[in-house]
Amino acid sequence: MTALLEVRDLVKTFGTGEAETRVLRGLNLVMQTGELAALLGPSGSGKSTLLTILGTLMHPTSGSHTMLGVDLTTAPDRALTEFRNLHIGFVFQFHNLLPDFTALENVLFPTAVREGRETAKARARGQELLVRMGLAERIHFPTANLSGGQKQRVAVARALMNRPELVLADEPTGNLDRASAGQVMDLIGEINREEGTTFLISTHDEKIAALCRRQIVVGDGLVTG
Amino acid sequence: MLYALKIATRYLTASKAQTALLVFGVAIGVFIFIFMSALIGGLAEFIMMRTAGDMAHISIQAEAVDPALLEQTTGGTVLLVQERSTMATAILKDTAAFIPLIEALPGVTGTSQQINGSGFLTRGAQVTQVSINGLMPGRESVIANLASYVTEGTATLGAGGVLVGKTLAEDMDLSLGQTVRLQSSAGIDAALTITGIYEMGSGGPDRRQAYVSLATARTLFKMPQGVTRIEIKLEDLYTADVLAPRIKALTGLDAKSWTEQAAQLLEALQAQAQTGYILKAFALLTIIIGVASALLLSTYRRRPEIGIMRAMGAGRWFVMVVFVAQGALIGLMGGLFGAAAGYGVLLAFPGRDSFAPGQNGLPIDITQGAYGLAIVLTTLGAILASILPARAAARLDPVTAIGQ
Repeated sequence: MTALLEVRDLVKTFGTGEAETRVLRGLNLVMQTGELAALLGPSGSGKSTLLTILGTLMHPTSGSHTMLGVDLTTAPDRALTEFRNLHIGFVFQFHNLLPDFTALENVLFPTAVREGRETAKARARGQELLVRMGLAERIHFPTANLSGGQKQRVAVARALMNRPELVLADEPTGNLDRASAGQVMDLIGEINREEGTTFLISTHDEKIAALCRRQIVVGDGLVTG
Repeated sequence: MLYALKIATRYLTASKAQTALLVFGVAIGVFIFIFMSALIGGLAEFIMMRTAGDMAHISIQAEAVDPALLEQTTGGTVLLVQERSTMATAILKDTAAFIPLIEALPGVTGTSQQINGSGFLTRGAQVTQVSINGLMPGRESVIANLASYVTEGTATLGAGGVLVGKTLAEDMDLSLGQTVRLQSSAGIDAALTITGIYEMGSGGPDRRQAYVSLATARTLFKMPQGVTRIEIKLEDLYTADVLAPRIKALTGLDAKSWTEQAAQLLEALQAQAQTGYILKAFALLTIIIGVASALLLSTYRRRPEIGIMRAMGAGRWFVMVVFVAQGALIGLMGGLFGAAAGYGVLLAFPGRDSFAPGQNGLPIDITQGAYGLAIVLTTLGAILASILPARAAARLDPVTAIGQ
């Protein structure tokens, strides 16, 4: 396996002066292509901040951040946006789908926003993903009419649409019942095995973490295990 | 771009009631804009047709020539003291040569050769000073539409006939078919029969004018040849300033545009037009404020979605286009609906023909609704209004936005 991403001495502080809070305190992490990793740690340990920086949605205060050999540490917003679109997928705790769009339209978004339109090729890929997620009957449903588990599976399909190398999932099962959570994790495991997509899943649930081949524990702004 | 337009359209159709209300608000603004344009433009046209409509648009007045010296000078300086004459002694000759040239010019609808002067109208012991206008028979209505003002008799000027105003007729107790004496300032008088009484609705012409045939005027003013004045009517009175110099160049005569004598009227109309611009600008400003505030609210409501879009790889520019496109669509739809409503309502008003003297028309001109301008300005205004909310949306921090 080759290194997919690497962060060195990552520091992130919020606020200034007396109100300054140091969330990440020189964190180091290397992930290889094809890993299925769980990110564990108590609330306030810096998990979400780390995911946000790895997702190129935020710059670190100091340290370095590279992915696929590209130094993203101080890259401008435009370059980060393009990189994120091509190489990183997101799954959020509350699915965060666009409510006025259908399941397929949501899945197509990352490709359509890059290509400027919904191409036939993209539609075929989107439909294929939704079928794979067990949503063949819900392809053209408005997302408001889907259950929580179905919405989260649509979110997974959307994260995979551009065949990203890395999918960052922030508590993807945190808002689901046990059965739906199992379904989502099964799908993630299947895609990881079959397509070699790297997953980093932030979770408090040890059962979910146990399904991952690697557990990364964050505490007090550092990787502790 | 197309995809951003799709998102914008979906956002608008997702909140149908809000969008409909917004479009309705914009349409009302456009309606006011169009109605004001039709009213201000119509009022200007109305005033012009009721004033300049009966005026000569270009006039050529004979220029007085310095009298020749009776005594030959043998040296030294001759001091000439000349009293300004009130008589219309200057004559335009060779009209037959240049009238066809003038009438052949594009935009000229007619010419009227006249002999004008002053005189006294006498009936029994009553004497009233009048302006005498000698007109060519058959061309009485080329400049002022005399035929439309005639309340009794006919506008046709025959030999021995005279047309007088209604006020003059009432003052002197004149009636159709009566004989009066008309004495010119040249001292010649003639017995004439009243063949028509007109009412223009303004004091001067109704009280102080008498129209006779050109032949009668020749006799009265001892003018066997030529005329004292030529009046020209144009298709579009606003072209007078362009055509007058052309006529001057063509004939060598001092052709004057009506605007030279109507500077105050033009100033008043310009002031009125400026008032209209201010009112229309306020209507446009209302539209801009309405669209901007509605889109700002929409931006606030859709903050989490903007964050998601940014996380999925949508650039700031894409987010901006989504919101600007919403503004443009609202402006365009409001513009189209407002213009259609404006046109529909204005259809109920009588057309421009009713502005003509003698007609009872409201000063609202459907052709001056400025529909295209209203739609374009509204769309541009709405785009302008959407820039601030769009910039706010594009600058949103995706992490903060998703967290909401």
